Amino acid sequence: MSEPAPAAGGFYTEDMTISVGPQHPSTHGVLRFVVKTDGEVISEAIPDVGYLHRSIEKIGEKVTYHGYVPYTDRADYLAAMFANQAFCMAAEKLAGTEVTRRGEFCRVIACELNRIASHLISVGTFGQDIGAMTPFVHALRERETINNLMEEICGARLTYNYIRIGGVGYDILPETCARIGEFLHHFEPIVDEFNRLLSGNKIFIERLAGVAVVSKEDAFSYNLVGPNLRGSGVKWDIRRDIPYSIYPELEFEIPVGTAQVGALGDSYDRYWVRIREMQESCGIVRQCLKMMPKGPAISKVPKKFRPPVGECYARVEAPRGDMGFYVVSDGSEYPYRVRIRTGSYTAMSIIDKISKGIMLADLIALIGSLDVDAPEIDR
Amino acid sequence: MKPLINSLPETVFTTKIDDILNWGRASSQWYMLFGLACCAIELMQTGGPRADLDRFGAVPRATPRQSDLMIVAGTLTYKMAKRTKLLYDQMPDPKYVISMGSCSNCGGLFQLAYSVCKGVDKIVPVDVYVPGCPPRPEALTEGLLRIQDKMMRERWLVKPSRPAADQTEVSE
Amino acid sequence: MDANEIYASLEKLFAGKVSDLKAEVLEPYLTVDKDAIVEICRFLCSAPGFKFEVLSDLTALDWPKEEKIQVVYHLFSYSHNHQIVLKVDLPRDNPKIATLENVWKVANWFEREVYDLFGVIFEGHSDLRRIMLPEDWVGYPLRKDYVEQEEYDGISTQRAPLVEKLLR
Repeated sequence: MSEPAPAAGGFYTEDMTISVGPQHPSTHGVLRFVVKTDGEVISEAIPDVGYLHRSIEKIGEKVTYHGYVPYTDRADYLAAMFANQAFCMAAEKLAGTEVTRRGEFCRVIACELNRIASHLISVGTFGQDIGAMTPFVHALRERETINNLMEEICGARLTYNYIRIGGVGYDILPETCARIGEFLHHFEPIVDEFNRLLSGNKIFIERLAGVAVVSKEDAFSYNLVGPNLRGSGVKWDIRRDIPYSIYPELEFEIPVGTAQVGALGDSYDRYWVRIREMQESCGIVRQCLKMMPKGPAISKVPKKFRPPVGECYARVEAPRGDMGFYVVSDGSEYPYRVRIRTGSYTAMSIIDKISKGIMLADLIALIGSLDVDAPEIDR
Repeated sequence: MKPLINSLPETVFTTKIDDILNWGRASSQWYMLFGLACCAIELMQTGGPRADLDRFGAVPRATPRQSDLMIVAGTLTYKMAKRTKLLYDQMPDPKYVISMGSCSNCGGLFQLAYSVCKGVDKIVPVDVYVPGCPPRPEALTEGLLRIQDKMMRERWLVKPSRPAADQTEVSE
Repeated sequence: MDANEIYASLEKLFAGKVSDLKAEVLEPYLTVDKDAIVEICRFLCSAPGFKFEVLSDLTALDWPKEEKIQVVYHLFSYSHNHQIVLKVDLPRDNPKIATLENVWKVANWFEREVYDLFGVIFEGHSDLRRIMLPEDWVGYPLRKDYVEQEEYDGISTQRAPLVEKLLR
């Protein structure tokens, strides 16, 4: 506790320690911050996590490979397809299973639609934290259409269990492909609506420009990934640089932060990367719908899936960055160890450093711009 | 002077006043945003444009002091359990709890875990359980309507004639 | 650079401290002596030609039959697009190793998680305390011989009988 210091006019202030969360309308899931502030300017913001620790890694040692796929859904429920895919890729690499070509296309379509849905929530809740309630409801409306499409594809709205070892669970029917095409045709002008409501909004820009700048060296040292890394100017995307699945055959751009309103690596850059990624995902899904071949959606995989002894690390480019699954097998039908490495965990570790000297309201903008997600942190 | 609660005989006049009080409460259930995990996203979608909870008068409130319904949406861990009880105690009476989703009903698919509480009813008393993983917005709306039915059956002015199976007595 | 070249350079510079390269598996790894981990990582992080700017992952594996806990480091380089895995063997009854916090700042949080779930002590860490579990939790859950406690904070941890049967 510091000595009370007289400000102008003899007005005394003291530092106080406030606990923000775990139940708070704007922390993204159950997170808690212990904030030391003098009332407006933060001197220290220490994250306190673990309120959603569901021991998904330990459960991996108790269920079979096929039975673990629903648990990977819950490792990041906003990007469930990516977690499914990363685990299935690790298991397939261990056992040497081939994925059918149609299965790969179905995976990419489902994943990119899920990326759009996840970025919609991210952008919508970000606007709501800043104070803009309307774009949030617009985002939820678009997300309802994506939920309907996902329900047609795999039967569930949020936790899909769709991508299985060897391919996908169910084939995408031609009627669904037609509806996905209609949705894309409807969605691309909606991004311009978001730009009019939020991105070009003077209040939004003034709140975010130059706030919580992350330099390139800090981004490497603290291992930021995904849009957080690309917002600091580093052009790195797993789909381009360590390619997997059919991404080498698809054409898309990697949006990078360009300091258009403030400093390079500020909150606005990270937000802008997400808006542009939604547009690129629409293009990817269009290409996939055109190129999709005929054939089986899943290859024959034994019911008792027993990969040989070994270990494997598979990465995918999830909406929150590089999600890696490290699977160690001891030859039995239960994994020996499953380790999930997510982008939000490392993004939380940088909050203590970049939140020194910012205002309390900017802390909320910072957490929203890093797009942290409680299940990814706590697993 | 004797308090008025649960003291008057059961006439047309007093039961109608009870019904009006209950109708006012049931049509404006303000729920506390207590989304913990995946069910929180479906809770947001239920409050969103398509399955709108606002048409039932239910608006989200951030603080427990201004809410009379707590929708526990998501997995409850042991670390969070103490805080849940604290938040429940801060809500003013009469209060209701909806347990949304399998994880808060019984632990869900995380019953094998070491850090998950096997059901929120070990911490707070639950009025309505909504099954699903996550429940559809229509299922949660049905849960809200069941709470409305429960509210309509309560008696405030009238002396309860039947024992307390489906009537709520206000204790002194 | 591939794993063989990295191993050859490391063996020349840090003779005796690295051993046991497995290059033909899916994730090539080499074993490092536990006293030399900090200087080897500092070298790998900054030396030209290696440039492993990023610590991708830091985790641990528990091998009770061989009485060891293995700490696994995944290093990655953006400039050269290569990766390597380092493993350190620690005795299971007294797992202690130096911290890598001064080389990569992200090691702070990774090491706290490994301490919380496996019980590995990282010497020199600025703030080694539990991160995922409550402060008064007893035991290290991800070890293979972990036994759950009967109750926590007054709440019983008993499961339904059907689920107890599923637990291996």
